[in-house]
Amino acid sequence: MKILVCMSVVPDTTTKITFTDNNTRFNTAGVQYIMNPYDELALTKALDIAEPAGGTATIIHVGPADSEPAIRKALSMGATDAVRINAEPLDAQFVAAQIADWAKDKAFDMILTGRESIDYNGGVVCPLIGAMLNIPSIQVITKLEVNAGTATIERDIDGGREIMTCTMPFAASAQKDLCEPRIPNMRGIMAARTKPLAVVEPVSVKTGVEYQSFELPQPKQGVRMISADAPEELIHLLRNEAKVI
Amino acid sequence: MSIFVFAESSDNQYKKSSFEAVSYAAEVAGKTGTTVTAVSIGKADNAAQLGEYGANTVISINGPAFDSFNSEIYAAAFAEVCKQGNASVAVISNTYCGKAMAGRVAVALNASLASNVVDYPDTSNGFLVKRGVFSGKAFAYVNLTSQVKVLALTPNSVEIKKNGSAAVVTSQSVAAVSSTCTVTGTNKITGKIPLTEAEVVVSAGRGMKGPENWNMVEELAEALGAATACSKPVSDMHWRPHSEHVGQTGITIKPNLYIAIGISGAIQHLAGVSSSKVIVVINKDAEAPFFKAADYGIVGDAFEVLPKLIQAAKSATAS
Repeated sequence: MKILVCMSVVPDTTTKITFTDNNTRFNTAGVQYIMNPYDELALTKALDIAEPAGGTATIIHVGPADSEPAIRKALSMGATDAVRINAEPLDAQFVAAQIADWAKDKAFDMILTGRESIDYNGGVVCPLIGAMLNIPSIQVITKLEVNAGTATIERDIDGGREIMTCTMPFAASAQKDLCEPRIPNMRGIMAARTKPLAVVEPVSVKTGVEYQSFELPQPKQGVRMISADAPEELIHLLRNEAKVI
Repeated sequence: MSIFVFAESSDNQYKKSSFEAVSYAAEVAGKTGTTVTAVSIGKADNAAQLGEYGANTVISINGPAFDSFNSEIYAAAFAEVCKQGNASVAVISNTYCGKAMAGRVAVALNASLASNVVDYPDTSNGFLVKRGVFSGKAFAYVNLTSQVKVLALTPNSVEIKKNGSAAVVTSQSVAAVSSTCTVTGTNKITGKIPLTEAEVVVSAGRGMKGPENWNMVEELAEALGAATACSKPVSDMHWRPHSEHVGQTGITIKPNLYIAIGISGAIQHLAGVSSSKVIVVINKDAEAPFFKAADYGIVGDAFEVLPKLIQAAKSATAS
């Protein structure tokens, strides 16, 4: 069992988002970076499947050297080894193309990603990799079990869940409910220091998406308070002033 | 050059987000002087109605392979007709199924891809689209430079415009690609409005004290025709399913009205809901940070306010 887990490194969830250079760049000053929370689920599930089968779970990340502490965290959770493609992750298509190119001749049984990264929220790296490698891609999975080469998968659909079977190889993206993320223990942290972390130079990919500028949502005009004794006033305002019900 | 739009359906009915996607495509086609082809895949009633939302033609693809959603099969079929029709822009809803397709469609068409699109493109100089980033904490403007563009449009981002008439539906036979995935069952939550598409959302947090008190939340939601949602602690404690968790590590939603009951408004929660048009906060703590992000607020105990609010909502919607 050979599993590849794609990992992105994102600003901590408490980060206040601001931009610099005339709103063209994300302001990284003082930002704490973490392993993308959904990728922790993907890795945990990969380990749960690979370990009993004597298999491997390899981490792949597209990003600069700054990402290495987060990659070491993934290794301390139990990943077998890691690969870092040494490039700025420009957009989802660029990242997927780098991963697909590296993975194409390595015969992974499955490629797992998080449902989305919590910074750019594209949610498309999994289907992009699937299409690039011509394997199925199953989005937002909440259950994954492998039995004799066939996976039974449950995934969220809008307004419900779908149950499916799929033979390997395939790509899938992890949603909450899939598992509880593993927390690295001391032995894992020690072992992670010496685990292999290969650095690979990127392949040339033409990107068709250019980030031009950023914008923060318009601040609210101020809250209008309504007496707790007269909630019917709220309903009246929502109906006749805001016109949303 | 033409615009193709995928009309997603569920239980034989087109989703509201599909009508938004067709309306969106029609608006873009109007600006760029081209036509809209809506593509319906699988069983769906009354494909001709897509014309009312601005589709000039409708292509319907059917067959046993298309009976249940499979991103490989659906994406390949949609990409196939896009290629045949020389599509320059392909519009898909930014739903779970839509996003699952969008990536594959973009690869098949060698296209630029933008998901989470929240507004019409600016085509005055290139093809600039606005998309949500940082889980609703910000927006990005991205220029799509490939010849073909694939856009995944966030539900509730644009208005549905119904000013066309029924379109002629052409059945087109497309060979389904083979897939090693088979759908063996579905578990639909029936009678409930999917959270990501809901126009009104009633959400509650730890202030509700326990899962047993959620009947009030559900009653208010029912009276308003709303979906229910919850905060992260509530789903972490398993009071409510994870699928209801809105916030940075949950779902990002964009309803017209978001009512937050007993939620203090941590930055991670605000991220998921700040794109809501109108926010109502009900909290007994007047200092709760959520009030700063709200349009309307009530300082009061949920257990006292909610019964009165339910009553008021019921009599208002009944009238």
